[in-house]
Amino acid sequence: MAEVLVLAEHSGSAVKKVTTELLTAARRLGSPSVVWTGPGSDEAKAKLAEFGAGKVYVAGGIDFDDYVVAPKAELLAQLVASVSPAAVLIAGSAEGKEVAGRLAVKTGLGVLTDAVDVAAADDGAALVSHANFGGSVNVHAKVKSGAAIITVRPNAIAALPADGTADLTPVEFAVSDAAKAAKVISREAAQKSARPDLQEAQIVVSGGRGTGSADGFHVIEDLADALGAAVGASRAVTDAGWYPHAFQVGQTGKTVSPQLYAAIGISGAIQHRAGMQTAKTIIAVNKDAEAPIFEIADFGVVGDLFTVVPQLIDEIAKRKG
Amino acid sequence: MNIVVLVKQVPDTESERKLVPGSGTLDRAAADGVINELDEYAIEEGLRIAQAHGGEVTILSVGPQRAAESIRKALSMGADKAVHVLDDGLAGSDALATSAVIAAALGQVGFDLVIAGSESTDARTGVVPAMLAERLGVPQLTQASKVDIEGSSVTVRRMSDDGYDVVTASLPAVISVLEKINEPRYPSFKGIMAAKKKPVQTLALADLGVSADSAGSAGSVTEVVDFAARPPRAAGVVVKDEGDGGAKAAAFLAERKFI
Repeated sequence: MAEVLVLAEHSGSAVKKVTTELLTAARRLGSPSVVWTGPGSDEAKAKLAEFGAGKVYVAGGIDFDDYVVAPKAELLAQLVASVSPAAVLIAGSAEGKEVAGRLAVKTGLGVLTDAVDVAAADDGAALVSHANFGGSVNVHAKVKSGAAIITVRPNAIAALPADGTADLTPVEFAVSDAAKAAKVISREAAQKSARPDLQEAQIVVSGGRGTGSADGFHVIEDLADALGAAVGASRAVTDAGWYPHAFQVGQTGKTVSPQLYAAIGISGAIQHRAGMQTAKTIIAVNKDAEAPIFEIADFGVVGDLFTVVPQLIDEIAKRKG
Repeated sequence: MNIVVLVKQVPDTESERKLVPGSGTLDRAAADGVINELDEYAIEEGLRIAQAHGGEVTILSVGPQRAAESIRKALSMGADKAVHVLDDGLAGSDALATSAVIAAALGQVGFDLVIAGSESTDARTGVVPAMLAERLGVPQLTQASKVDIEGSSVTVRRMSDDGYDVVTASLPAVISVLEKINEPRYPSFKGIMAAKKKPVQTLALADLGVSADSAGSAGSVTEVVDFAARPPRAAGVVVKDEGDGGAKAAAFLAERKFI
């Protein structure tokens, strides 16, 4: 069976959940081989094996994070040439898509972005599902020939374990000077929270204009913490500077696909729905009964979020005992 | 400095967006065309950089005849001139084919700095700026919320998962911008009048040396197999808060096993 390359998303040796989702999708197309960038593969081996990785190609001695995107694309291009994979799977983050784009130019292979599902067609080639126009149209797409480069939306495919050996296979690789042209000179992280990653979280609690201020937005964080959720924000909130842009959900922000999405004080304009409409379950709290968010919510409360949400938090605490 | 801003005309998000039966390509005639929102920020950033450092702003757009409206709007915001790549052979181009056409046009126009929106609101692939950096062999400074230029070096804040990275490179370079970077200006009446006289050069694929079989549907390596409207989400239960809204929400979450 042909290999399917999976570019691992990881933070040090911690394997991100989307990597296990990519491995699950890869198994439908062939034999999954992880591509590991930088250190940490020894510690990650067990986790990768648990999700069916056959091989793990390790380019360990390089700090890929010192440069923007290009070195990862270069490594993948080298492996595409030597392995001739059936497909290349990459996480559908902003950076993942950029890696995919550069890899497509290097190899001439077609790129299919933001897949919400991946299947094997009758001929074994990858058939990809997209949820276009903010989830209003379902599209199936494929490449006409050759291997497909596919970026997969985090949380869209349920990760399932499978037996694998995750044989660590060192790769001889050197980053070209050209790929070092854009250099990262420093990193500024917002206050690091213990909350799950926005795109990987099972539950996302998002606040909108209704929170009224940066201070008012704290109630969103409180509810998120009660549910073990990630915090999201509508564009109105990030435009006003009440919460950082990295947490914006919607057309010009992040696309999330959690099991539960709580839209608090968010009217639900189409630009916001574009980023969250593939959530499995949606609840909404808004004081305006006419808000469009109620048209797509599984459960909605028309009321003042500053009374409804604290009560909800209390109830959650009670039920947890 | 020679600044080229990439502008894409997209269907208005507020209008109903459709695909063409058969090809599965975007039905560009079915909806109102507007400048891709993030491209307005790219235009604004180009104008600000030209103002601060001197230079000229050229709008580059690849698209059908009606994209001329968006080009004219970009000129009315203050750009100096424009290039419109217009050719029937472009229809159905995927991201990889489109990036080849844009790169060919940039090669002909010349540039110190290319500025794009980080993604379009229609296809939302977000791959084209990275593809251009790769094709042109210049640094990629994408997902930028701030751009600083000093001499021949350019430094941006690149959005990361939980903050931003500071990234630096030498010109020429490709930048893509996020909407937190600036506040795009509205065209003034004077700008609108002036735009009517600004030069717009129209180029066909042959002018760029791009062969017909490497653009459009024929030159695209991806294809749509089929598509269907997603069934609308059924609205669920909506209750009015009568002092128990939070409790009712909790009961719903418990029933669905979220708590």
